[in-house]
Amino acid sequence: MTTLTALCTFLAVGILIVILSYIALRGISALTFSFLFDTPRPVGEGGGIGNAIVGSAVLLALSCVIGIPVGIATGIYLSEFGGGMFASAVRFLIDTLTGIPSIVTGVFVYAVVVLPMSHFSGFAGGIALALITIPIVARTTEEMIRLVPHSLREGALALGAPQWRVTLGVILPAAASGIATGAMLAVARVSGETAPLLFTAFGSRFFPRNLNEPIASLTVQIYNYAISPYDEWHAQAWAATLVLMALILSINIIVRFLTRKRFS
Amino acid sequence: MPTTSTNIAPKFEVKSRASLASAPTKISVSNLNFFYSRTQALNDITVDVPERMVMAFIGPSGCGKTTFLRTLNRMNDVIPGTRVEGNVLIDGQDIYTPGADVVDLRRKVGMVFQTSNPFPKSIFDNVAYGLKINRLAANKRELHDRVEEALKDAALWTEVKDRLKTSALGLSGGQRQRLCIARALAIRPEVILMDEPASALDPIATSKIEELIIDLKKQYTIVIVTHNMQQAARVSDLTAFFLLGKLIEVNSTERIFTAPDQKLTEDYITGRFG
Repeated sequence: MTTLTALCTFLAVGILIVILSYIALRGISALTFSFLFDTPRPVGEGGGIGNAIVGSAVLLALSCVIGIPVGIATGIYLSEFGGGMFASAVRFLIDTLTGIPSIVTGVFVYAVVVLPMSHFSGFAGGIALALITIPIVARTTEEMIRLVPHSLREGALALGAPQWRVTLGVILPAAASGIATGAMLAVARVSGETAPLLFTAFGSRFFPRNLNEPIASLTVQIYNYAISPYDEWHAQAWAATLVLMALILSINIIVRFLTRKRFS
Repeated sequence: MPTTSTNIAPKFEVKSRASLASAPTKISVSNLNFFYSRTQALNDITVDVPERMVMAFIGPSGCGKTTFLRTLNRMNDVIPGTRVEGNVLIDGQDIYTPGADVVDLRRKVGMVFQTSNPFPKSIFDNVAYGLKINRLAANKRELHDRVEEALKDAALWTEVKDRLKTSALGLSGGQRQRLCIARALAIRPEVILMDEPASALDPIATSKIEELIIDLKKQYTIVIVTHNMQQAARVSDLTAFFLLGKLIEVNSTERIFTAPDQKLTEDYITGRFG
């Protein structure tokens, strides 16, 4: 039993290491200082992914700004007040929403945001990513709040705290690191999304100036370069992939560091 | 051992409204019935708790003593599907009357739980929590003074005064429970309900809590639920014996443990059941 599970663990970790080192090997050659800050240029002239890094950051920030508050509020509702039929229905819908393929989200946002506005925009891209963020954050928030011992709630109520103060002042802080981990999961998930951005943010060869125009992102850039017939762009796609992995990793580390449990 | 036996009528009736002690009545419960959905957990309870005394509730597990304790600060309101009939008067005010302010009630009737439940905050913030939410301290100076006072009253100050900013979760079990007592004392309640406050503690920590209870009696009315009959005998002035949701007997602690009026009480005290 131990041997079998250990073997599987080695397999899982091994594959991860192989993927990471392969990306690092292929990506490192095209990775230069200017590559990180330049905008894309025609084949043979170099160029970089600076606009895509900034664009991805903007899209992620937008999806967090919309998705995390809505998700946390939904999670609080479900755990604190969600005993009835309505809450069960909401819970079921959220679970369904989590399982929706991201390309469907992209097509949906294309239909309800891009078409009425009649152009692609960073705004639409942010909404598409937020739609993926909300159910993940909502469900983890609910689960994390449920994990807070009931005795803490009673302890605060017994001191004369009204319900809302118990939730905000005692329950949420006690669940904070778990909720942050859930939000992180959501960020990590959407930062790798390409499909919902193809029809919404679309991509751009310039640095983003406002949210009302098409905006570049690392994933779409990688996609565009990877399907091109040029070796130089292939190399750049690998380098961009390496950058994307590094960024996701550093977001993870930073948030872990910020939300490490102060009192445990 | 504290005694009030001089005030006891020779033959005490369970339903008698006559006060057991000379002290004025703080809590007056009459004909209280309590239901968890369809199950009746408390059956026609009538009892008076005199001011600045310790009353202990004893009885076997599941007899309703904790449920009864929790009706005194409406803590059962948190549990869905519960229902209360009858009256609970504190200082003559019915706490179950429609429109009664639960927040005010709980400020007046503090509670210490069976398992200590410090918040995952610093020691200082734990004690300050009730003061902050009830806006009982005008400024930082006063907040600090009242936290210090509460910790001193709970006999914890000397042990934690140098690490007020550290996590409350770093305290030992006995210290945590005294912290929870300090947290309850900080808002200066009039009544303190204790639900088996020492059941998870070692004998030394238990004796500290018991000394504290006897000391707190000077200022507060205390109701304590306990499994431990010796503990009831050591700390309480009055003892109430519960069985299967009924209040069998209330009497001076001395009398309960030496010559109870009811046969059932005697059987329980002498260990024939429970």
